[in-house]
Amino acid sequence: MHAAIWGFGMKPAEPKLDDLYREVVLDHYRHPRGKHVIETPNVANEGHNPVCGDQVKIALKIREGVIEDAQVISQGCSISVASGSILAEQLKGKSVSAAQQLFAAFSALMKGELLPDDVDLGDLMALEGVKQFPIRIKCALLPWMTTRDALNAYETGQVTPAEPTTTEGAAK
Amino acid sequence: MINPASAGPKATVGRLVDRNDFPILSRTINNHPLVYLDSAATTQKPTAVIDAIANYYRTTNANVHRGLHRLAEEATTAYEASRRTVARFIGTNDDQVIFTRNTTEAINLVAYAYGREQLKPGDEILFTEMEHHSNLVPWLILSKRTGATCRALPIDDSGNLRLDDLGKHLTARTKIVAVTHKSNVLGTLNDIQTIIQRAKEVGAVTVIDGAQAVPHLPVHCNDLGADFYAFSGHKMLGPTGVGVLVGKRDLLCEMEPFLGGGEMIREVTLTHATWNDLPWKFEAGTPNIADVIAFATAIAYLQQIGMETIYRHECELTAYALERLTEMPSITVFGPRSVDQRSGVVSFVDRDVHPHDLSQLLDQKGIAIRAGHHCAQPLMRRLGQVATARASFYIYNEKQDVDALIDGLRYARSYLGFRDEAC
Repeated sequence: MHAAIWGFGMKPAEPKLDDLYREVVLDHYRHPRGKHVIETPNVANEGHNPVCGDQVKIALKIREGVIEDAQVISQGCSISVASGSILAEQLKGKSVSAAQQLFAAFSALMKGELLPDDVDLGDLMALEGVKQFPIRIKCALLPWMTTRDALNAYETGQVTPAEPTTTEGAAK
Repeated sequence: MINPASAGPKATVGRLVDRNDFPILSRTINNHPLVYLDSAATTQKPTAVIDAIANYYRTTNANVHRGLHRLAEEATTAYEASRRTVARFIGTNDDQVIFTRNTTEAINLVAYAYGREQLKPGDEILFTEMEHHSNLVPWLILSKRTGATCRALPIDDSGNLRLDDLGKHLTARTKIVAVTHKSNVLGTLNDIQTIIQRAKEVGAVTVIDGAQAVPHLPVHCNDLGADFYAFSGHKMLGPTGVGVLVGKRDLLCEMEPFLGGGEMIREVTLTHATWNDLPWKFEAGTPNIADVIAFATAIAYLQQIGMETIYRHECELTAYALERLTEMPSITVFGPRSVDQRSGVVSFVDRDVHPHDLSQLLDQKGIAIRAGHHCAQPLMRRLGQVATARASFYIYNEKQDVDALIDGLRYARSYLGFRDEAC
């Protein structure tokens, strides 16, 4: 009855909570990976979602174009913590360019766009349900945007981006 | 304790109002009856207010203060009658009531029309650590523009203002003192009488943010003696888009207009304009006529119950919520422990579950709370939190809403796999 007065843009079906809080996601939330300290990272960055206050710090050990280790310290909701934890697992052993591709694919997944065939999102697919909850999409993207900016800085020879990452502001 | 017999014509035992007066409360969310605990953000509207808006457009709609036809006359009469209702409700005179869009615009009016003219480098603006951004950012902008310095009165660990420190912060340099009457995060009821008195002693102008006070307790502006007092209609059953600034006559007379345009002028030539009388000098352009008129209906609804009764009802609910939240060892509540010092709002965090997840999972049970920084980032920093969950109450809430909240919090913890060690 109420759907009639909501007008355009409303999804007819209510989003399902179990799609948001998948078991894999909850496991990463309760036991986040990548909390160990990396002593001498090649690049580091901080990210912040000013709307909800979520924060993430990442540090990467990179050798010969390959990410050997990733540290992710999250302070935030289950979705941003789980997303950061999955990120820490998945970055290990990936080349910098493969990591950037993974970010692009995950970003497409969150926007509901078609995924490239050759990208395996692994545990990240567990976050697919987040796209039904638009307000939480930035929670999932925060650690990845922070990593993207770190990798961009690394590729231009910096140890940290000029500005920390924020989910708001100029769209990139 | 509330005596239901004295609580207005529609009171029933354990309830202050008939929930059927509020059509939205019959909605279900995720197959659960709506439990609305976000009235500090905005309140729901009774049928009488919704009808007042529709009736105005159906029967009376015209622009005010201009036309000489019947509709214009009726619209003007109703609009000005609403101003009178507000003035009597808040304890001031008609010409001291300026309609704005909201509390934020009312405070900005003071910052622009008074602050920019009066402040200079070396002057100080004193606000507090517990202010809403709407009573912080206008002063930060003003300080940038005029070179005046901003200072913040700190709070103590229990969430009360450190009035002992007032002497340190309030000096002959202080020109504006901006304080919230009641915190939107902690529910702390501030001793603004003392602050207004002390500000007067150093010759500072006081600006009180009453957005969380006027809807919940009796407030008499002329008795309080603040120079400026601001509040919003939508937090007290009224429509969105109506705010009120109450100002002292001498200050309002001295001030230049905030916005220029129709309505606020007396005479205009191609080189010159003179200003209308109070309060119209500060109401440029066609005002929000329908919503201002409906706001009077909201006030009438509140007056039927009585502000004292509303205050006691919320104190009782707050005390009950504080008591029930102590059953959950994982929950930390912020702000004063006693309802002598707070009411209506309870902010808390769970040790294991982020406020956003709490809010999302409570929504699954039809319970609406607020999660985030509540437009009070400096206060969040002081509390050492990035976000809190906040439940806030109004006249349509009752004890079983608090019970639903507690059940919902337990559900959220168990859903995410956390155990309550007390069980």
